[in-house]
Amino acid sequence: MAQAERIPADPNPSPETEAFWEAAKAGRFLVRCCKACGKAHWYPRTLCPFCASLDTEWIEGSGRGTIYSYSYMRRATPPFVMAYVALAEGPTMMTNIVDCDPEGLRIGDAVELAFRSSEGGFAVPCFRPSGVGAAS
Amino acid sequence: MARPASAYIAGAYELPMRLYPDKSLAELQAEAMLGALADAGLERSDIDGFFCGPDAPGTGPLSIADYLNLKLRHVDTTNTSGSSYTIHVAHAAQAIAAGKCDVALITLAGRPRSEGRAKGALARTDNPQQPDFQWEHPFGLAVINVYGMTAMRHMHQYGTTSEQLAWVKVAASHHAQHNPYALFRDLVTVEEVANSPLVCDPLHRLDCCVVTDGGGALLVVRPEIARNLKRPLVRLIGSAEAPKGQNGGEFDITVSGAAQSGPAALAEAGVTGADIRYASLYDSFTITVLMQLEDLGFCAKGQGGAFVADGGLISGVGRLAVNTDGGGLCNNHPANRGGMTKVIEAVRQLRGEAHPAVQVPNLDLALVNAIGGQLAVRHASATLVLERE
Repeated sequence: MAQAERIPADPNPSPETEAFWEAAKAGRFLVRCCKACGKAHWYPRTLCPFCASLDTEWIEGSGRGTIYSYSYMRRATPPFVMAYVALAEGPTMMTNIVDCDPEGLRIGDAVELAFRSSEGGFAVPCFRPSGVGAAS
Repeated sequence: MARPASAYIAGAYELPMRLYPDKSLAELQAEAMLGALADAGLERSDIDGFFCGPDAPGTGPLSIADYLNLKLRHVDTTNTSGSSYTIHVAHAAQAIAAGKCDVALITLAGRPRSEGRAKGALARTDNPQQPDFQWEHPFGLAVINVYGMTAMRHMHQYGTTSEQLAWVKVAASHHAQHNPYALFRDLVTVEEVANSPLVCDPLHRLDCCVVTDGGGALLVVRPEIARNLKRPLVRLIGSAEAPKGQNGGEFDITVSGAAQSGPAALAEAGVTGADIRYASLYDSFTITVLMQLEDLGFCAKGQGGAFVADGGLISGVGRLAVNTDGGGLCNNHPANRGGMTKVIEAVRQLRGEAHPAVQVPNLDLALVNAIGGQLAVRHASATLVLERE
């Protein structure tokens, strides 16, 4: 991309979420899933937001989804795409779409995980249009 | 349905300026209070309940209540961002009905314009310990980019256009031209709005509300007190509030909490949307008004674009007059929180004290709705139904 890409801000991991951010540094994308009701949710938490069970666990996410909605912060420096991506596992998560032509995006487009390093070195789960290639 | 014991809005005051470089926040709080007291014909010593938001500096209500030297027996600092003050009206009526206070003061004051902050395009400064922070802050969440996602999804699902959204701003400008205090008084056209610079696609600069200093105050009082005052009687006859979040990642961002708070408040009032000819709707962005119109039931879901087009919200032109002071889009958005000025203009309309060019004739019912927070992320809708007796 000709233009500089926005560097994500740091998250603030808590004891509840450290495993997610540690796995992300190793290139793994975890999703929280409830063993009681079987449903995945976002954002990850110990308490299942659907059935209120505390019996939840991390599962390996597929890293695939589709754009539910997005907006293009064209006046930010550098510009970036804010988005909600509906994960293949079910829930919809906030993220950024990277490696893309912001004006060519469409709701419903298939996207895939593309970790980006934050200011402090956390691996932040962003997404890019599917098929862009693994070389970026 | 039997109406619950209710209360009256006896005083309503909007600070006149849109820039206060030489006033403290506390001075603005004091001027707002004094304005509302003078409007109602009450004394400071009559106030025994105080409602404020986090725009009042200090721990909850304590510092400003002490600065104003109020003698209180009830306080409430419910904070749902811009809809706080709309909710405060309902909570004040509930407190009065419960015998906890007789005269409740609600204040708002802020100086974001003087302080050079509160641009909707800046990243939020939330508490890093709030559980959603780490899942949103890294991605540059700002007010405009999540409202932008709502607009984008609404366009995708319902074919809503930038030109339709522009009509919301056009209507606001038609009203603001008659408001000598409005920040922007110039008429704008659909083309000017839709061709103004894109800030965050699909939202243009003129889809966004203004940034202003200022504020206002309301006095909600017990019925016996209201009837002894010389002002027209404006009574709260229905209210409801509805926080809406992300529901664990299963959500529809084209539906707001107003779909819950609107029908509940109208049912409590015993009226329907068809009875309403004036509404104050917190217009943080043009899309926010469209969403509220649909969710409150003024039109079917997805038909908001057609409803607002061709002057649908202009007083004397459309079916429903909306924000006849010029709203947040043209007039005022003090402290970046629109829920206070919305109530004030509804009171003016019910008293027959709006500008003659925008006054809805023989108005006896008004609806107020505010959505505070971020429409596409988590927010609280607050609905009031007010009646002129």
